Order: sequence, then structure tokens, then C-alpha cells
Amino acid sequence: MTNLLAIFFGMALINNMVLVKFLGLCPFFGVSKNLKSALSMGVAVLLVMLVASAVTWPIYHLLLVSYNVEFMETVIFILVIASLVQIIEMTIKRTNLSLYNALGIYLPLITTNCAVLGITFININQQYNFLESLVAAFGAGVGFSLVLAIMSGIRERLDLADVPKAFAGAPIAFITAMFLGLSFMAFAGMI
Amino acid sequence: MMHAWLKNLAKGIIRANPTFILLLGLCPTLAVSTSLDNAVGMTGAVLFVLFAANLIVSLLRNIIPERVRIPTFIVIIATLVTIVDLVLQGFSPALSKSLGIYIPLIVVNCIILGRAEAFASKNSVANSIADALGVGLGFGWAIFLISLIRQVLGTGALEIFGIHLFTIPGFSATPAAIFMLPMGAFLVIGLLLALFRWLGVIEGD
Repeated sequence: MTNLLAIFFGMALINNMVLVKFLGLCPFFGVSKNLKSALSMGVAVLLVMLVASAVTWPIYHLLLVSYNVEFMETVIFILVIASLVQIIEMTIKRTNLSLYNALGIYLPLITTNCAVLGITFININQQYNFLESLVAAFGAGVGFSLVLAIMSGIRERLDLADVPKAFAGAPIAFITAMFLGLSFMAFAGMI
Repeated sequence: MMHAWLKNLAKGIIRANPTFILLLGLCPTLAVSTSLDNAVGMTGAVLFVLFAANLIVSLLRNIIPERVRIPTFIVIIATLVTIVDLVLQGFSPALSKSLGIYIPLIVVNCIILGRAEAFASKNSVANSIADALGVGLGFGWAIFLISLIRQVLGTGALEIFGIHLFTIPGFSATPAAIFMLPMGAFLVIGLLLALFRWLGVIEGD
């Protein structure tokens, strides 16, 4: 149990997807303009990360390893994630239209989101078992959503701030990300 | 003919630079830019995948059915990335280890899929090659510059593939270690972007 908690907090706070591993930077800078879209993106990524981890783990350990074709992992994983995103999108559209309207436009973007493919590689590299992979994916998704939500709050205030002309837009967003990363460093002593 | 080719080549290096202008493919740029070795390794990997992907996609552009083109591009790119991954593991295990998951993650690098979809699927082979080389070199000098700054400020010295170039006396004992941390990457790219805008090299928002 402590092990699972360590993985969860390690993924969510200490080795944060965005601030430490630089995965999912496109949505981090693209979608974090207001809180609502940031949270929708966060939830969509969390969902896909969980499902992707749950599906790729057995594929790797039961299929690829037993046939000695581990080198196929890159090709297989990206195809699995691309089809998964399609299936999730269709399922949500059929079952919950209001959720689809909220998440819909973000789902296709997630296929090429490195955070999702990244977490599946991390699960394999760290040799997590099935349960640990799921916890790692959940932690990574929570960490991603958290940082996206914080960033959106800061950027809403930043729009009103008097930023030097050369820094307006992307540069100040990067500098903000640096300060966010610095403050997340405080979590490093947690485990 | 030659003029158009050169124009396609030059475009990606400065005017449509993937890193500083389009802000694409930032994951590897920021994550591995802690040493010049990493920068060279990552540039080599991206340049190869970009070049081969653009070449193959432009050769097959009239054969690939419109509706399945994106999955096809992804499979082509993923195959090329697997090749790079295996070659690096075989010939340079140290580099492969330090680039880590960022090599397989080239698959989802928006630069490569973006060039395949936006350029190679619509243009001739020669122009697609020019485009790939230009964008690859544009990516290369950007990651090289960021790595240079981070390595010099973060370690107080500069070395590339074991060759020691220089050490800053006094500074190397207590370097600004933040530049080697992930936050240093955000700081460096933020300041560089602002500098380029201030100089007027690129336009602001």
C-alpha cells in the first residue's frame, strides 16, 4: 500500500508529467487559457491514460514478451492508443452526450499527446506490475490536470498584468512554468 | 527549380523554425537539452526520422488512400523511430540511456507528423527532402543553442563526447545548477524567445 502511495505521489507531484518530464506541453500551453477547458482536457487525458495503461500492460507482458518482439512496442503502443481514443470518443458520444460536448474536441488531440504514450513507456521501463501501472497512470493524470488547472488560473490573471512587450504570450508562459516547477520542487522531500 | 528547393530548405531554419516560431516538438527540446551530446543525438534522430518520413510519404503520396493517411503516416514514423531506437541502443548505449524514453516519443512529435501531413503528402520528393532538411536543421540549432546555454551555466564547463573544451575558472566549482534542472529549460527558452522578439528576429503576439 505504501508502495502504491509512493508511486501515486511520485507521479503526480515529484516527477510531474509537465513540469519535470516535459510531456504534454502542447495542451499545457495551448489549452490552459481558462479553467474550464483546462479541467476538461485534464479529465480527458486522465481517462485515456488509465485505459491506455490498462490495455498496453497486458499487450506488452503477455503478447510481446512471450513472442520476443519487445522492439515492436513503439509501433504497437501508438496504434493501440490511436484506436483507443477513437473507441472512447465513440462510446462517450453514444452514452453521454453532455460529456462528449465538453470533452469532444480534446479527445482527438490526445492521440498525439506525448503524455499518454509517455506513461505507457514509463510503466514498462519501471517494470511496474498491472496495479502499479494503473496507479502510476492515475497519478500522472492527476498531476497533469493539477498543473493545467493552476496554470490556467495564473494565465487568467496574467492577461490583466502589464507584461513587457517582448515577454507577452509564450515567453511569460515559459517563465511562469519555471516558477511553477520551482514550487513543485518542494514536494521532492516527500518520499 | 533550384531556387524553390533552396527556399523550402531555408524556410524551416529561421522563418518557420519549429522550436522558436511554431513552438512545436518542445518535449524533447526541453527534456534532453542538458548537454551537447544529447543535443547532437536528438538532432540526429529527429533529422533521420523527418528525412525518411518525408521521403517515404512523398513517394507514396498518390498511393495512400486519403481516408487512412494519418494512421499510415503514424505507422511509417513509428517504424522509423524503432529503427533509430535500435541503432542507438546498439551503437551508443550511453547516449541511448541518457535520451531514454524521449527517443520512442519522437513518434508523437508534432513536427514530424505535421510535416508529413502538411508538406510531404502534397509535394514532390525533392521539395519534401528540402523541407525535412530545413525543419530538421531548424530543430537542431535550436536544441543545440539551448543545450549550450544550459551546459555552460549549469556545470561551468563545456565538453562534447568526452572532449573537454573549456572550464570557467571559479564558476565551475559552484555553477548555477538550476540550469541542469527541468526548470532551467523553461527559463532558457522563455528568455531566448523574449530576446529574439526584443531584437525583432521574430514577431510577438
